[in-house]
Amino acid sequence: MGTLSENKKAALLSVLLLIFGCLIWELSIPAQKAVGELTEYELLTGGGQPKAGVPPPSQVLGKAWEQLSDPFYDAGPNDKGIGIQIGYSIYRVLTGYLLAALIAIPLGFLIGMSSVAYKALNPFIQVLRPISPLAWMPLALFVIQDSEASAIFVIFICSIWPMLINTAFGVAGVREDWVNVARTHELGAFKTAFTVILPAAAPTIVTGMRISVGIAWLVIVAAEMLVGGTGIGYYVWNEWNNLDLTSVIFSILMIGIVGMLLDSMFGLLQRAVAYTE
Amino acid sequence: MAKSFLSIENLTQRYPDGQGGEFTVFEDASFGIEKGEFVCILGHSGCGKSTIMNILAGLAEPTSGVVKMDGFEVSGPSLDRGVVFQNYSLLPWLTALKNVTFGVSARFPDWDKAKVIEHSTAFLAKVGLTGDAIHRKPSQLSGGMRQRVSIARAFANEPKLLLLDEPFGALDALTRGTIQDELIKVWSDTDQTVFMITHDIDEAILLADRILLMTNGPMAQVAESIEITIPRPRVRNDIVEHPNYYAIRNHLVHFLAQRSAELSGQSGNNNRPADVRIDLTESAETDEPEPAPLLRAVEG
Repeated sequence: MGTLSENKKAALLSVLLLIFGCLIWELSIPAQKAVGELTEYELLTGGGQPKAGVPPPSQVLGKAWEQLSDPFYDAGPNDKGIGIQIGYSIYRVLTGYLLAALIAIPLGFLIGMSSVAYKALNPFIQVLRPISPLAWMPLALFVIQDSEASAIFVIFICSIWPMLINTAFGVAGVREDWVNVARTHELGAFKTAFTVILPAAAPTIVTGMRISVGIAWLVIVAAEMLVGGTGIGYYVWNEWNNLDLTSVIFSILMIGIVGMLLDSMFGLLQRAVAYTE
Repeated sequence: MAKSFLSIENLTQRYPDGQGGEFTVFEDASFGIEKGEFVCILGHSGCGKSTIMNILAGLAEPTSGVVKMDGFEVSGPSLDRGVVFQNYSLLPWLTALKNVTFGVSARFPDWDKAKVIEHSTAFLAKVGLTGDAIHRKPSQLSGGMRQRVSIARAFANEPKLLLLDEPFGALDALTRGTIQDELIKVWSDTDQTVFMITHDIDEAILLADRILLMTNGPMAQVAESIEITIPRPRVRNDIVEHPNYYAIRNHLVHFLAQRSAELSGQSGNNNRPADVRIDLTESAETDEPEPAPLLRAVEG
């Protein structure tokens, strides 16, 4: 054991924890089932026994296998493969997110470069930022009159703030010396922005983008539960209505995995733009 | 009166002192620098050396007074005036070579890529950076190597005036010596006009044609202009044996230790620095190797 590297030890420990956790979960289910059999009504409503009907991990694994072996089937509005549902969610997140980036990054540049712009826009940012993105939903539905676009708008409004604030912070914090290098080399405003300020502020900007995409992925589930139709959030809610807890647990896991993948993509981007002084 | 290549006329810098009054860093500073000359400016901290440097670079505006180069008034930063900053100011996300090509392609926008790289590599080689090192990022280079890159970047741009702001301030004594030698080498190859701030008397004597001495701030003034009457090429080990070396050095030490404080705050009638020439070999030597002092515009 002493010869194993730190990473290998950690990986081994992770696997052991997973097996141990699943084992406890698996073993704790049958006892509840026995009680559940006595109260059929309670089991159906999920009222008397809150944990009644929670499936063991083996069942969830089976479900995962079944779903992942055919992720893109489409059997009508209420029966689509997990791949299609996740695809819808990712499409909404990316659309709203990219629109937000398109506005937040240039605006953040402006705020970071001009203290007048910062002071003028700061009160609006401070008031709008703490608003829960879902609070916009009724207004969005009324104004846009399209549930799909409203969901995208909610993603847009929740992912704009971290990007805006981080871009402004990164741009304002670019070292005076580097700006002086640009000035003594007679670089124009446009060239300075792209060759000096953007690379200098990039690590902070990408951190903001990473936070934003994380928030967007959190919010899309709730938004889709509200607007319905398609998407992973709708899927979770739909399976809850079907009382198919196996699917609920499986989709919760999928939400986690997709979120992790989105985050690690930005982790790679962050590493690409990082520099040491 | 012949105008100098670079002439600084009645430069004054004042800042509000935070209590409604004004704080004068320096007043009516006037001096000239000739083409191809290497001039060092010596003075205690707070006398406004860096402010003068920033004004020359165009990064700061004086309260009053003008700077003229080649007869034209200087305003704002320009590629004609290259700067080597004390903290190197390399862009940390670019390699050493790219830091130099960054400047070269800004200076010579119509050059093709190959020519820019060739020119940059040549200047990096002049300061002793070759091979693998030029493809490293600044964070992977030592302080001395970073300052070499910064010097190469400035020289590669071939500016009309090169401004060095305490370029060796952050380096250890051994590295400083090597890079000083490299600086002399590059300078003598290029005929560059150089204006340099330093705290180091020996460094100033080794490098400069002329040393400007500033009195203490506030109300600092450029009091004297000392000609360095030691022929080039100068070698660190040999110049200390030159008869003029200690005479000049003693004069400088005396000025910085005592007279810079005594003269402080006096706004003299004559706002040009007094020319001082110390030459103990005067009778023996008639042919001066340096042409610069002969061209100098002197008033009073």
